[in-house]
Amino acid sequence: EVFLHEETLPAAPVDFLQELPSYQSVLRRRAAAGGTQDRRGNPPGAAGAQAWGPQHEGGELAARPVREYPLSIAEKRRDSQQADIKYLSGWNQWKRTSSKSWKKVLKDIKESLSYLELWRHDIHSIEGKLGTGIQSYFSFLRFLVLLNFLIFILMFSFVTLPTVISEYGIFNSSFVKFSPKTTESQCTAYTPSGNKGLVYFYTYLKDLLTGTGFLEVTSLFYGYYTIDAALLSILTYNLPLAYLLTTFAYLALSFLWIIKRSASGFKQSLVHDEDQFQSYCNKVFAGWDFCITDLNAAWLKHRSLQYELQTDLEEERLKRKIADRTMKEKLRIYSLRIFLNIIVIAVLSGCFYSIYRATLFSQENSSVSIRREIRIDSVGSGMDFMANLLVQYLPSIVITLANFIAPQIFSILIRFEDYSPAFEIRLTLMRCVFVRLANIGVLLFSLWSQIHCADDQCKACGYNYKLYPCWESTVGQEMYKLLIFDFMIILAVTLFIDFPRMLLVTHCSWKPVQWCGLQEFGISDNVLEIIYGQTICWIGTFFSPLLPAIATIKYFIIFYVKKLSLIHTRKPPGRPIRASSSNFFFLVVLLIGLTLAFIPLGISIARIPSSKTCGPFRNFNTSWAVVPYTILGFPTGLQNVLNGIASEAFAVPFFMVVCLIMFYFIALAGAHKRVVEQLREQLVMESRDKLFLIRKITEAQKHT
Amino acid sequence: QELTFLSKQEILLAYKRFSELLPKEQRGNACSLRVPKSQILTLPELRANPFQHRICRVFSTSEDGDDSMSFEDFLDMLSVFSDSATSDIKSHYAFRIFDFDDDGTLDRKDLEKLVNCLTGQGEEARLSNAEMEQLIQNILEESDIDKDGTINLSEFQHVISRSPDFASSFKIVL
Repeated sequence: EVFLHEETLPAAPVDFLQELPSYQSVLRRRAAAGGTQDRRGNPPGAAGAQAWGPQHEGGELAARPVREYPLSIAEKRRDSQQADIKYLSGWNQWKRTSSKSWKKVLKDIKESLSYLELWRHDIHSIEGKLGTGIQSYFSFLRFLVLLNFLIFILMFSFVTLPTVISEYGIFNSSFVKFSPKTTESQCTAYTPSGNKGLVYFYTYLKDLLTGTGFLEVTSLFYGYYTIDAALLSILTYNLPLAYLLTTFAYLALSFLWIIKRSASGFKQSLVHDEDQFQSYCNKVFAGWDFCITDLNAAWLKHRSLQYELQTDLEEERLKRKIADRTMKEKLRIYSLRIFLNIIVIAVLSGCFYSIYRATLFSQENSSVSIRREIRIDSVGSGMDFMANLLVQYLPSIVITLANFIAPQIFSILIRFEDYSPAFEIRLTLMRCVFVRLANIGVLLFSLWSQIHCADDQCKACGYNYKLYPCWESTVGQEMYKLLIFDFMIILAVTLFIDFPRMLLVTHCSWKPVQWCGLQEFGISDNVLEIIYGQTICWIGTFFSPLLPAIATIKYFIIFYVKKLSLIHTRKPPGRPIRASSSNFFFLVVLLIGLTLAFIPLGISIARIPSSKTCGPFRNFNTSWAVVPYTILGFPTGLQNVLNGIASEAFAVPFFMVVCLIMFYFIALAGAHKRVVEQLREQLVMESRDKLFLIRKITEAQKHT
Repeated sequence: QELTFLSKQEILLAYKRFSELLPKEQRGNACSLRVPKSQILTLPELRANPFQHRICRVFSTSEDGDDSMSFEDFLDMLSVFSDSATSDIKSHYAFRIFDFDDDGTLDRKDLEKLVNCLTGQGEEARLSNAEMEQLIQNILEESDIDKDGTINLSEFQHVISRSPDFASSFKIVL
């Protein structure tokens, strides 16, 4: 050890070591931080203290604020008092006091604003009891509540409110309804019967759960907004355009907000991924979560840290083993993996096919298809009611089953594929995400296969008008049912599975029961659940404008349900989830869900002909057609500009410029990385040089 | 309030919690008294912490080395562990907390004690010797820039600056 401590310094030969600048700075910091150690009498010491305290040469601004120095409070107070006594001109003094009071005002405002934050206290207490990994799940939930609430406000104020105002004639407003341009009467025959006459009580319940009947004619669904323009006192409010633009607006809002939130996580994740070899230091130095206050949670954290460290070390050993694999082994492993992937694809196709069949069955046998008949049919006995409900909910049930079974199968299969543990987790997660989001896609696809015209009979209107005179409302109803069912399942699982299990485990000391134990709170499963719900909400809002309100209430209740369930009935996950990477992961999957939601919406808006009997887009071929129609009403100059922007002559050069900019940034990042590597190497070399020189000097001094 | 990173309500809350640690008759005098270490360790925030002894040692400014803490030491500690403290300060104090033998560098023995603190008490919670060796080897490989077998403050701060979880895990909220 060439750098010797003060206590073991021999005599003269290595005195010069104390004069090395780097050693001086270490001493200065230690002496200042220690406080009670006596400062070694070194000449640069006084200069050091000066350089340490706030500078006031020439009355400039103070260096760093006093509290950023690692001194104890007593010393900081002394230092800042000393600094205050120093000579400042009157102007600077006034500047200092005014900046101090301004900062105080800002701080007070921030403090009072933080009171308004939703659930601040709850999330704080969760963080204290269970650590930051689980807390990230709950703050994600809070983010979704706020997002849904904002989307609801948007849709409500721009779409629902004008419609309601004009329909009820408030503020002397009225609405305009053009008659449809096509005179084909068959396309426009649509009479949503809102429960006329005497009906059994449970019809209301059934309608509430399936969105038909009396709910169908409310503003919950697309069919209600069947006006073309609202005349509010002096202005004409173009409802179709507003509907379309609000849809784009809420999608853009969600997109931008998610990206903003993930920006900081992205930077960290990028840096972290590059530095794969820093994972040990991160785990050891930043591994203990100082927020934990509960002894049980602490014990769990110890266990999980031990587990994580052991897993990492094992993974490293595994990597070395993999590198030593023979050719024959590799062949065997790869063929096994291909086989297992084929099984995975088979499982997925099974899921998709069953969802497809279930949707078709449900649509054929539910009262939708007998809507044309007299409603007396649906008034049957209680059994009929239950059977009908079951048929209506069949797609939701099948999807939920698929979402539950497929991940179990995947986690069993992946054990045979012999990947490293970290990769295993990631691959399973990706497969689960894919299953959940693709299930929604298959449902929508099967709905469209029904709506789309199969034979020439319905070519007149462009869609299957016999079964679905107002197909947007039907799609909205399916989304509504999915949302409600998802919510009910979450409540049911908590009430009927978790609580009894907890009661069983606490009161029954039977060995197998104790071995089963409480169920773990799987963070990724829960997150995928709520992302699934959010994707449904995004897709469904176009067809059912009040859906975000339902989603907001749903997530609000789920927060409290999950919190209770976590505290009482579940144990925290044994496998640790790190807060920084998990935040980013949740947002990435949410973004994937949003992108996937774009596709069905895009197809519905641009491709599928809108229904002629209901909705604001009656008089247009497709929902998108309202935009070109409006542009035609603009002045010619603006029209030319817009046409120019949409043409290829603009798009291609724009695309090329964007590509160039992207390549520039990628090259810049690569160059920075190389520079960092070079600097690191230089640092290592310099320190080796220093050691070498010191050794030489000590030897030389010894000989003289 | 300028001398710490805490907001006004946090300081008041800290005062309340600190005075609860004192016996009833001394509560009025909280600002100038020192609370013995055994009392500090009953705080729920520190109770479950494997580094509780080191924290008391590092933040205590008591001259007799009994690791008792005055109210200012307590505030100091909370300030460093608060959300708004800079990562410089946090890494500085983290270094001191992890330096079990107080020699200014983290050598193998310090690292070994650190890992044992992390994995918990008890024989079955410790890593085997081979695993410990492998782990310490990896840590030194990642963080020891000048390859002298120990980690000094600048190397530590450098490693911490690239650690994404440090800021979120090195905090205590009352």
